[in-house]
Amino acid sequence: MGNTPTAHTVRSFDAEINQLRSLIGQMGGLAETQIADSVDALLRRDADAAMTVVARDAELDAMEAEAERLALTIIAVRAPMADDLREIVAALKISAVIERIGDYGKNIAKRVPVLTQAQPIGPMVILPEMARATTRMIRDALDCYVDRDPELASQVMARDQQVDDFYNSLFRSLLTYMMENPHHITSSAHLLFIAKNLERVGDHATNIAEMVYFSATGEHPGDRAKTDRTASMAVTDSEGE
Amino acid sequence: MNRGNMRISASAPGAAEETTLKMTARDVRVFYGEFEAIKGVSIDVSKENVTAFIGPSGCGKSTFLRCLNRMNDTVAGARVQGRIELDGHDIYDPAMDVVQLRARVGMVFQKPNPFPKSIYENVAYGPRIHGLAAKKADMDVIVEKSLRRAGLWDEVKDRLADSGTALSGGQQQRLCIARAIAVNPEVILMDEPASALDPIATAKIEELIDDLRGRYAIVIVTHNMQQAARVSQKTAFFHLGTLVEYGDTREIFTNPKETRTKDYITGRYG
Repeated sequence: MGNTPTAHTVRSFDAEINQLRSLIGQMGGLAETQIADSVDALLRRDADAAMTVVARDAELDAMEAEAERLALTIIAVRAPMADDLREIVAALKISAVIERIGDYGKNIAKRVPVLTQAQPIGPMVILPEMARATTRMIRDALDCYVDRDPELASQVMARDQQVDDFYNSLFRSLLTYMMENPHHITSSAHLLFIAKNLERVGDHATNIAEMVYFSATGEHPGDRAKTDRTASMAVTDSEGE
Repeated sequence: MNRGNMRISASAPGAAEETTLKMTARDVRVFYGEFEAIKGVSIDVSKENVTAFIGPSGCGKSTFLRCLNRMNDTVAGARVQGRIELDGHDIYDPAMDVVQLRARVGMVFQKPNPFPKSIYENVAYGPRIHGLAAKKADMDVIVEKSLRRAGLWDEVKDRLADSGTALSGGQQQRLCIARAIAVNPEVILMDEPASALDPIATAKIEELIDDLRGRYAIVIVTHNMQQAARVSQKTAFFHLGTLVEYGDTREIFTNPKETRTKDYITGRYG
């Protein structure tokens, strides 16, 4: 059972659900912008633009508080059931996840001033593409939330693999860079965190897609395998050459 | 029920895992003259669970409930087809003693209807006509036990001689439940038992239903969806005389299978 075209007998109930849905959509849009702008500021070596990203995070926090207030009101006043109930609970959880994604954007932006003072290093060229992949996941996850589309949600879940692959590859090359030249360690360490943040954004977008899937169908999607393999990665001498 | 390691039960929280079939209905049809009010309903009622019947007005849930202790016999022009069994015995069998049946399958109505007699007599009436107490002392025991089970004893023990109609609405309803309990029923049917009561009295009735669960098979008709979700382990959704969906209450209210059920419980019906 997907979306129900039928309206509620009490129309203001529909209005409230739509208001919550649109707020979550806006939050997703802002989080996506935060990630894209932070990586953009990094590549353009623009510390001012990065500080704008940091300052804008407060907006997301405020929107999350508003989404929570709205969801609590709907639960208290409407006593939602079945797919309505699943949607409201999903909205509560999704708003918290989006807020977290915003924090990652802020964290990336905070590292920009340090990185602009160091030499740009090669592995950075992967970042724009990785950022594009993750922001597209956020956008699609939010689109499937608004449309209650479990099909698109499944596709988003599958795409997390791609972001993990970016991360694994970046991790490996940054280790190599650090071994080659200790002067690269500062930049590399910051870039590692940035890559990790983007990888986490992909995980969170996947979580949103899973919540949407459950909200729309009432079933949990099957377990997915984690493909971040860096926990067991080490650089050997042969690799360092 | 603990069976070693972590075990995730698929049934509703609080629902008994092993259930005993108490009543079964098969292809039950009820006609009021030419009008077919119930169109072939089959359902099982277990002893351990509270079963809720929900559905919009006129869907047939109360009509069906009244089939379960043959209350429809008293409705002129009503005709019941199909088979309803209590512990495997056809309750519409001509040999079935209807008075006995209604003692085994008691009923509580929407509007509390105590007899215009004392509180004591309200409870003692049933056991007396069924010959359940030989002496006054035995009757005192039955009356106290029934009022205790109905959660009313502490409020009325010092005024058992007062008229039952002098009690508050919620107390009257609990008195009616005590009256039903007094004849040792196996099944208690409740038709909107709390819809005429304020929220506190309603909460007491719901608490009482929870206390009685397991001791009696309970079937409740309610318009209050939250109430059905709170008090029952099994829920049946009726619509236009048919049973649309019947299953674990938790499933019905969080993930119903039928669109008609979902539209009704989410407030989209009609």
